[in-house]
Parts: sequence; structure tokens; C-alpha cells
Amino acid sequence: MGDASPEAAAAKAEAMRGFLISLPSYLYLVLFFAVPFVIVLVYSFASRSSTGRTVLGDWNLVSYKRLFDPLVAQIAFRSLWLALATTLLCLVVAYPFAYFIATRTPRVRNALLILVMIPFWSNFLVRTYAWRVLLGSDGPVSQITQVLGLGETRLLFTVWAILIGLVYGFLPFMVLPLYAAIERMDWSLVEAARDLYASGWTAFRKVTWPLTTPGVIAGSILVFIPALGAYVTPAILGGARTVLLGDYIVDQFLAARNWPYGSALSVALMTVMLFATFVYFRAGGRNL
Amino acid sequence: MRRRTTWMVPIAVVGLMLAACGGGGGAGGDTTAAADTTCELDQTDGNLNLYNWSDYIDPELVTAFEEQYGVEVVESFYESNEAMLAQIQSGVSYDLIVPSDYMVSIMIEEELLLPLQKDAIPNIANLAPEFTDPPYDPGLRYSVAYQWGTTGLGVNLEAVGDAFVESWALVFDPELTQNFPGGVSLLDDPRETMGAALKYLGYSLNDTDLDHLAEARDVIRAAKPYIATFDSDQYDEALVNGEVSVSHGYSGDLLAAIWDAENPDAYTYVIPEEGGTLWVDNMAIPADAEHPCTAHTFVNFMLDGENGAALTNWTYYASPNAAAEPHILPEILEDPTIYPSDEIRQRLEIIADTGDYEINFTDYFAQAKS
Amino acid sequence: MERLLAANAWAVFAFFYLPILVLIVLSFNENRNVNIWTGFSTRWYGEILDNADVLRALRNSLVVAGVSTVCSTALGTAAALAVERFRFRGRRLFDGLLYLPIIIPDVTMAVMMLLFFVQALDLVNGLLGTRLNLGLATISLSHIAFNISFVAVVVRARLGQLDPAIEEAAADLYAGRWQVFRRVTLPLILPGVLGGALLALTLSLDDVVITSFVSGPGSTTLPVYVFGLVRRGVTPLINAVSTVMLLGSMLLVGLSLMVQRRPATLGGGNR
Repeated sequence: MGDASPEAAAAKAEAMRGFLISLPSYLYLVLFFAVPFVIVLVYSFASRSSTGRTVLGDWNLVSYKRLFDPLVAQIAFRSLWLALATTLLCLVVAYPFAYFIATRTPRVRNALLILVMIPFWSNFLVRTYAWRVLLGSDGPVSQITQVLGLGETRLLFTVWAILIGLVYGFLPFMVLPLYAAIERMDWSLVEAARDLYASGWTAFRKVTWPLTTPGVIAGSILVFIPALGAYVTPAILGGARTVLLGDYIVDQFLAARNWPYGSALSVALMTVMLFATFVYFRAGGRNL
Repeated sequence: MRRRTTWMVPIAVVGLMLAACGGGGGAGGDTTAAADTTCELDQTDGNLNLYNWSDYIDPELVTAFEEQYGVEVVESFYESNEAMLAQIQSGVSYDLIVPSDYMVSIMIEEELLLPLQKDAIPNIANLAPEFTDPPYDPGLRYSVAYQWGTTGLGVNLEAVGDAFVESWALVFDPELTQNFPGGVSLLDDPRETMGAALKYLGYSLNDTDLDHLAEARDVIRAAKPYIATFDSDQYDEALVNGEVSVSHGYSGDLLAAIWDAENPDAYTYVIPEEGGTLWVDNMAIPADAEHPCTAHTFVNFMLDGENGAALTNWTYYASPNAAAEPHILPEILEDPTIYPSDEIRQRLEIIADTGDYEINFTDYFAQAKS
Repeated sequence: MERLLAANAWAVFAFFYLPILVLIVLSFNENRNVNIWTGFSTRWYGEILDNADVLRALRNSLVVAGVSTVCSTALGTAAALAVERFRFRGRRLFDGLLYLPIIIPDVTMAVMMLLFFVQALDLVNGLLGTRLNLGLATISLSHIAFNISFVAVVVRARLGQLDPAIEEAAADLYAGRWQVFRRVTLPLILPGVLGGALLALTLSLDDVVITSFVSGPGSTTLPVYVFGLVRRGVTPLINAVSTVMLLGSMLLVGLSLMVQRRPATLGGGNR
């Protein structure tokens, strides 16, 4: 230890510092997340008694075997599609929006940012009910099509209503990290690019976009993952006519009281998602 | 130092894994004093921790109880029977809960409820006869009915026509439903909705033949093009706002919405002739209750004729309390949709817990929707 | 281009506020059923103060949201800083751990937190002879657990494209790391921290499933109360409460803008 070079010692001190900074949140997550999570792991190998109690001791893989039911794949595929569409839509809408906010004066910026969040401090359920009014057969969209002579258009209880509801709910999750990334951009680089390249589009593609990828990645993760598990919005606006991953898992824990199967589903989902996140990060990192 | 940190996590994890295994099996195993306590009439042993649905008790009744017995009622609210079950099962201590019928039988089997001491609840004699021996708790050993209602169909008369058949065909027969503007709404609940389909086919709600359940699933599948939504929440507003023509749902919600509508005469609530669900919410005391005597006193208080009537006059749900009837508002008592005729009551069934078979309802319901 | 951006921004704001407008209009509905409009009335605003259950639920929500936002913002920022700026043993593990609370389905987290807290409280009560029960504390602890991750992801997005050279230059100028952090890094990442805090606050104010599982006697929060209204339906009272909260936050934002407009002299005494 004592014979280390000064650089090595400095690196060691630096590593120590990093570790100390992470320590409070590290400990917190270990105690209040990792440890409770062990319960889920353990439960996923347990079995369900006839009254719905989880029987610990008779360990088995029954719940994991059920994951290969074609129904599960069907449900997962549908949810995946919906979450991807939500993420893409959010990105398309949020990017120029965050760009606009980030290019205001600092005082206006903060105000606009908070104005984005304020709607979400109202109660979730009454907010969603308001959407039912807007998407229903007497809503503004329907009124417009009626005036145009196209007849009543009810978006409510369709997949469009689910998409609108999900985009609405998760848009701030995309706006916030994008804003944080764009606001910090080195504008002189963009200007230099504008001088070099002819079109603004090329400048955007070659400079602005790559510079803001950390925000895009973070935003996509924050939208995609929760959207994959969403169930209240799809149920209230979409009419719950199809089963999504979110309500399938909720049903296992609550309606069917099959905690082992619910746990196994969660563990499988989390493993896949964690893996996908790291792959996505790798890919994003290469673009940088 | 560094080496130790890398090891710290797995060690903590393994340690807690053991703790979780050891502890999980013992849930409900710790014997509390509640089981051995003898409660006298009107005795209190502390504040009442009441765990109930939101907005399901007249606040004035709570205040009256507090003043009469000099205790405080601490109210907490739950959003589903299952969330409540999870809490009680894990040993969170409440003194009085309000589970629905099927949940009572689950909780009895799980030994989560305290046997009632009838000596402390003389008002139990006020219960109407049909609530003294319910299938989910024979002999009322653990629970006493709180409020009850039915599950049926809210119908838009304009859409359906005056001469409609009072049948589950109103939601399940595509020949009929294809003509209904906006389609129909069904409850997003495996037991209720699979049960309705079973009833439509002429089986019992609690039928445990898989072939019958498959038939019920196919009924829902065939009806699906005209099912606008599976909704346990906003079906009442959807009916009155004209989004759907027929709504499957609970009597209280549908009736309240119909009364509050601009043109109440345009809608009606029917219990299909094949029969429907009778549901009962009940008062029960968890085995782990810290203040079982206050809880007994509260049950007795709520079973008092005038208090029972006050509750119904406030919630607009039917009361199981016979002694309350003279004090209930006539418009509630005489409403056949709140208090159905004896003939209709014959056709109603209470949902029973089917044990291991229960999972099939969830699975087949998911298949019906896919 | 700038015009297009502005047009898009106003369209997005309209999208954000359209349902809020409906929500506010419905708060003046005289009908008991929130979505059945029959006439104008201000009765629900009058009833807010009379409804002790709703007021207590609102208070519980605000306490939990406040505590969990402050704690998770501090912890989440530190976590982001550590994984993004330092190389240390266990960093990869920590990195993965940091994502799990976002990935886990909320009902699964609800169940595991409930089982965990019941065990943990048993243990603590057994050791210390206390009589701790589930309540606002366990709700806050759970909210912090999922919020740390959301804050960390947002702050990392910011840190990710911050040039470390700036901090290094600052490190050459100033003496201590702490000073570098306070004078250089923190101001630079502040927009990310603010974004993370706003996200945490919002998530905490909206959570139902986890909260209802880890709550105890008397600790029902507003969203749980509202979801519990299944027996008698949601009334415009909830819209009225939401409207008051929205106006309150707007007022706060307006005030803080006015304060910022003044030449900022921190600790500069009166006005």
C-alpha cells in the first residue's frame, strides 16, 4: 500500500471520495430496496395455498414455467408496442418543446418548467376523468368532426385514447431530462456547425442531437419503463378491453392473490428491462 | 475498506433473506391479547382504528359515537378489499374493518378475524332474518352486515326501447347490442363479469365446472365487438352521459347517477331475470385488534335502529337492519331497486370464495379480453 | 424556425392545461357526480373546510411529498454524481441498483415494502420495546426509495454532457473539492436537480398503490382517499381541492418570480 505512486494514491483517494458520496444513497437503496426485493425473489419460488396465502418452504419453479404461456407473450407484446409508441410520441413532442424552454431567459425558463409540472399536482383520478370528457362523444374532437359533417368521433375506449392519456401523463418525464440536457448545451458549437454546414438540419443532426443524447436516453427510459407497466390510464380511457402487462401483474397480486406468480412475472420483467437498459446505454454511449 | 464494501451487499442480502423466510411463515402467528379479552356491553378499551372505504359512513355518526363513549375514532381508508387484506394479513393493527362478503370468508379461513362476542352486541337481534346466516359466515361468528346492494344493469330506455327484455342478453347478445349507440359497459372484475355470463347461461355464479366457465368466456368474446369498455369505476357516469347504452354495475352507484341525471326518467336499473349478485359489506374485527372492546361497542352502536337508518339515509345503500326500517326515508325504502321485491331477491346469489378454483376466473377473464 | 418552436410550445401547453380547464369547470358542478353536469354551484369549495377526512388526507399527502422530495433530491443527486463522476468498486452494482426502483411494477414494490416494513418494525419494536406502527414515516421512506432513482436519472442526463474540464479547471483554482462542488458543479447541474425534484414531488403526490399498502391507522393520503371512493363515487369536491392546490402553486410560482426580479443580494437584509 505504502509503495504506491502519487498518481495511484490520488486515484485511490478519488475512488474513496466517489464511494463516500454514493454511500448514503447506496445504503438507503440496499436497506429500503434491495433487502425488500429479496422477499420478491423468495416469493417467486413459493407456492399459493388454496386460500391465496403464500406457502413458504415448498420451493418450486411453477410460477416461472407459467411465464411461457402464450397469453403472457401476447400481453407483453401488446404492452411493448404501446410503450414504444408512447415513448416515440413523447420524444417528438417534447424535444422542440424542451428546446424552446431552454432557449428562454433563465427566469422565464424556471417559470415555464414549473408550469409544465403544475397540472400534475392535481389529483390523478379527476385529471383522468377530465380526459374522459374531452375524448367522449361530446368532446371537442367529436364536435369538430360533427361540424365538418363527419359524424360523431369517439376517441374514448379506443387505443388512441390510451396513447393520448399515456403521452399526457409521461410527457413531463421526457421534458425534464431533455430540458436539463439542452439547457447546458455549448451553443458556440452549434454556431460553429452552422458556419460549417449549409443547412440547420445538418447542424442539428451532427451537433445538437449528439450533444443532447444523454437527455434523450434518460427521457426515453423514464417514459418507456413506466409506460410498459401503466394500467390505470389504459383502463379508464381505453376501456380495459385488452389486458396489458401492468394490469396482468396487478391482477396476480390482488384479484388472483397469487403472489408467487406475480413475483415471478415481476422478476422476469425486471431482468429483461435491466438488461435492455444497459444495452440501450451502450448504444447511446457509442453515439456520443 | 474497499474489499469490505463489496462484500457488504451480499451479506446483508443473505441475512435478510433468512429473516424474510423465517418471518414470512409466522404471519398471523403471534397471539395477541384480543383473543382472550372478554368485552362487556358498552365497554371501551381505547380509541377505535376504523379501516373503511372512503366516504362510507356519515361523519355525524362518527361524532355521535365519539361523544357517547368518550373515545376517538381514527379513520383510515382503503381502495380495494385486496389492499385491506394485504395489510391485515401482514399484521397491521386496525380495530374494525368493512370487508365484502367473499373477503369475509377468505379472512375467516386465514384466521384473520376475531370471533364476535355476542353478549357485547345485543343489537345483533335487529338484523333482518336473511342476514343472520349468510353463506360466507354461517351463524355470524365473525361478521355483521353493514350495507348491502345488488349488481345489475343500468339501462338507457331511449337506446334500448321501452319493451326491452330484462335479461343479461342486454349486454351479451350481439344481435341486441349491435343496435345500442355507444355499446355497453361491463364491470372489470373477473368474478362479477364471468359470473354474469354464467348466469346468462343458466349456471350459478359460483359454478366450478371448467367447461361452463369456458362457455362463459366464449359468451364474453362473442359480445366483445359491442362492449365499449370494461369499467368498475365510471360506468354510472358513462351511462348517464350517453357514452354507453347499458351499464353493468353496482346498484348504489347506478341509482345515484340516474337520480342525479338531468332526465332521470330516461334510465332505469334492472336485475336481470336470470338473476344477479347480492353483495354485502360487513363489519368485522381483525384478530390483531388492539381495542376489541371499543370495536364491539361500535358494532353494537351501528346496529342500533336509528343509527342504522342514519347510515342508509346518508349512503343510499340498503340496510340489513330490520329495526332501522321505520326510520329510513320512505323514498329509499319504497324504491324497488334499492329494496328489491322478495321475488327478485330469490334470484340473487352471493359470490362465494371458490378456493383453488378462483384462479380460473382470473385466467378465463383475461382470455376473454385478449 | 423560432416561430415554429413557439407555436409547438403553446400547443403543448394547451395540451397540458386543457384537461385542467375541464377539471376546474367541473369543480363548479352542483351535481354530486363529478362527470354529470347539471348546473353551476360553488358549494364544493364551501365543503372543503367541512370535510375533515379530505383535509387530513391532503395534509398527509403534503407532508409525505415534502419530506420525500427533499430527501430523495439530496440522495438522488449524490448518487448521480457518484456514478457519473467517480470510478469506485461496486459502482456497477450501484448503477444497476439505481435503475431497479424505476423498473419494478408498483404493485410488486407495494407488496414487498409492506412485508419488509412489518418485519422490520417487529424487529425494531422487539429490540427497543417501542410500539412503532406503519404510517407517514413508512410511506415517506417508500416514496424516497423510488424517487431517488428518478432524481438520479434526471441529474445524470445533465451531468452526462457537462464537460469535466470545467470542474477540473475550478479544482485548480479553488482549494477544496467541496468548494468546487458548491461553486461550480452544483450551479451547473441545478436545472437537472430542480427537474428531478419536480418529478419526485409529482410522483409522490400521485402514488396510490405503494402508499395504500404501507400506510397505517390515520395515515391515508389524498390519492388513496380518492381511489377509495368506489362505494359512493368521486364528487366535485376533489376537483375543488385540486383547483385550490393548483391556484396555490401558481401563486407561489408568481411570488417567487417577483422575488427573483429584484436584484438578488443574498443576505442583503430587508427587501
